[in-house]
Amino acid sequence: MVTIKRVIDYAVKIRVKPDKTGVVTQNVKMSMNPFCEIALEEALRIKESGLASEVIAVSMGPSQSIDTLRTGLAMGADRGIHVEANDSLYPLSVAKILKKLVEIEKPGLLILGKQAIDDDCNQTGQMIAGLLNWPQGTFASKVVLDKEKQVVTVDREVDDGIETLSLNLPAVITTDLRLNQPRYATLPNIMKAKSKPIKKYTPEELNVEIKSDLEIVEVTEPPKRKSGVIVSSVDELIDKLKNEANVI
Amino acid sequence: MLKFISHFLKSKSNLKSTLSNSRVPISRNFCTTPIRDSIQYDVVIVGAGPAGLSAAIRLKQLCRQNDTDLSVCVLEKGAEVGAHILSGNVFEPRALNELLPQWKQQEAPITTPVSSDKFWFLTKNRAISLPSPFNNEGNYVISLSQLVRWMGAKAEELGVEIYPGFAASEILYDANNKVIGIGTNDMGISKDGSKKENFQRGVEIKGRMTLLSEGCRGSLSEQIMKKYNLREKGGAEHQTYALGIKEVWEIDEEKHQPGAVLHTLGWPLDHKTYGGSFLYHMKDRQIALGLVVALNYQNPFMNPYEEFQKLKHHPAIKPYLEGGTVIQYGARTLNEGGFQSIPYPVFPGGAIIGCSAGFLNVPKIKGTHTAMKSDFLLHTSNGPALLFVGMLAAEAAFGAVNEGLDMNTYWDALRNSWIWEELYKARNYRPAFKYGLIPGLALSGLEHYILKGRHPITLKHGKPDHEATNAAQLHSPIHYPKPDGILSFDVPTSLHRSNTNHEHDQPPHLRLRDPKIPELTNLPVYAAPESRYCPARVYEYVAAEQNKLKLQINAQNCLHCKACDIKDPKQNIKWTVPEGGGGPGYSVM
Repeated sequence: MVTIKRVIDYAVKIRVKPDKTGVVTQNVKMSMNPFCEIALEEALRIKESGLASEVIAVSMGPSQSIDTLRTGLAMGADRGIHVEANDSLYPLSVAKILKKLVEIEKPGLLILGKQAIDDDCNQTGQMIAGLLNWPQGTFASKVVLDKEKQVVTVDREVDDGIETLSLNLPAVITTDLRLNQPRYATLPNIMKAKSKPIKKYTPEELNVEIKSDLEIVEVTEPPKRKSGVIVSSVDELIDKLKNEANVI
Repeated sequence: MLKFISHFLKSKSNLKSTLSNSRVPISRNFCTTPIRDSIQYDVVIVGAGPAGLSAAIRLKQLCRQNDTDLSVCVLEKGAEVGAHILSGNVFEPRALNELLPQWKQQEAPITTPVSSDKFWFLTKNRAISLPSPFNNEGNYVISLSQLVRWMGAKAEELGVEIYPGFAASEILYDANNKVIGIGTNDMGISKDGSKKENFQRGVEIKGRMTLLSEGCRGSLSEQIMKKYNLREKGGAEHQTYALGIKEVWEIDEEKHQPGAVLHTLGWPLDHKTYGGSFLYHMKDRQIALGLVVALNYQNPFMNPYEEFQKLKHHPAIKPYLEGGTVIQYGARTLNEGGFQSIPYPVFPGGAIIGCSAGFLNVPKIKGTHTAMKSDFLLHTSNGPALLFVGMLAAEAAFGAVNEGLDMNTYWDALRNSWIWEELYKARNYRPAFKYGLIPGLALSGLEHYILKGRHPITLKHGKPDHEATNAAQLHSPIHYPKPDGILSFDVPTSLHRSNTNHEHDQPPHLRLRDPKIPELTNLPVYAAPESRYCPARVYEYVAAEQNKLKLQINAQNCLHCKACDIKDPKQNIKWTVPEGGGGPGYSVM
């Protein structure tokens, strides 16, 4: 099972709304989160190597998330699940809903993108692993599945290099950038995807209460970077550090 | 021999399968190149713009009226419908009233009626108000990108299949040289031409009728016009063009007057350079501001982008912009050839519609409606004409595909339409300006108030745009002021606002017919005009070995405006279509 999120396309120039409650999403191009694309690609490769029977794509959000699911189906997922939610969902809510879906579908492997490019939370994968009590391999740059032994070996990108973990299935993997290069959805596949099934749920049907413990207070643009100054001597540098930057 | 047989067999089976509306891949070529999937439709339309979508919508409407169905496929190289649409735009709903009469109830993004209409002649420091010769009552200030998105949704509701993110790069012919469809780009090829991990062969989209609506200087349309000699066939002159550079600003509430329309003439362009600017107030405190410069300018040091930056500092324009922010930036070329340049639009297997053929009426200020009579020197877009042209093409195509009629009825329908009449009446305004600004104005005034085109004289165009550029030694470099970062900006900053992106690891889509010409001719003789007219800074001369300057093509920046394809003095630059989904991401242009 792969989760995919509909986010503002990475190439779009983001603007903060005048009332500072968020960013402008109206009339803005939305796409599948790049890390989710990588997750889906990995799942498809696992299926194509014969180690999995089915890839289910899951997306949670407003009805337009279905467009993103269709793209996932066009890439090769077999069926989709859409959980309709019009308010923004925080990682904990997503994880709780995902837990219910996992209980229904019983996948052997759960693959997510490491983070969404709109909120950069990097939490959902870790949270669902905790809720399900499954092992997790996050920031995966290589995934090797051994179906016989029911074990997956994950190379993780960590600050001091690569860490290799061996996880018993079922497990949770979150994908990092270097794992693979996602395939293009071809035109014939896009056409075929229109007839692939998408099952709809609402959080209420799944008995999950979406209660947010977080409230966005304000969204502002980062401060404009001032241009640098070339100093002409060491004395001038010391003077600036002392009197302007106040660091010595 | 085998290939001939397989083509022949394929075309026979196609006829049968189309009537059943099937889209079963029926590939199998007997050649060594990798097999492409082939998908069959009744009508294939290239380009989801106003002309293409109105043709698609009209086709489906005709199907319903006649109790039949045709499969219609629209391909769009932009990542979504509307992403590559840029226009002024002051819209006259005349054509839309015919196509989709319930547009208001269906919440079309046409909500800001024109509230005022001004026309200024600018000098460096002043703005002289001239009587407005337009009648914009009943028209609207819109974003064409938004309108096209809405039209796309309407088309899909009627059963049209629209596929954004797919670029038609090749025309498919049968053994009789008849067009049978198009082929999309292979995706996943790296810069050096090798196949990447995610290489995907393109597909063949075949149609019993292929309509090309790629917009101005469409890459496939240009190929088709050459192949079938469509200009000679239509008795047409060469096409002439202009480059429009546009920004959408969000301005202070007090300064915003929804529906206010302004056009200017004069400064910053000199009397030898045709063009002007526009400033339209849309809704939500947004304004559309742009400069249109004819591409037959002579001074190779001219930089249309910088002229636009200068314009924004004019004392009459500046006040609107102060305190505002730029939301989007973009650029696109447009046709100015008018009546004299309309090629014969029908070819075996299809037709060229919209700006790819060139039905733009230059003295029409109102973009979309071709029936405007006015003495303008600029034009913004051309919605109603495009919609009408799309509709006429659809009617002819329906007859051709459904009843076996001749597609050439399209040419007859065009010539009997009000579009033809209007373009004929407006034919002499633009060519008059080859004599200079004042003679041009005088002749235009004569045409507009007295003659109204009712005389047998048809002025010819001057030289083709690319030949009009003088050698650099005849001119001196123009000094443009540095951008101040508040009203004027450098190209990278503006480009960032166009949401332009391309997969960087692909072969550059801007091809040089002869790779030596830039350093041998463009640079020494013309001082590299491509480094100035390109509004995206694709072309840069950088120091290479031995301190010589070498052309660097930053294809990833490309806005798909086609200025280079038009203006390169030796016509050495060929614009080809990059991987689908790349290019600008316009949403309010």
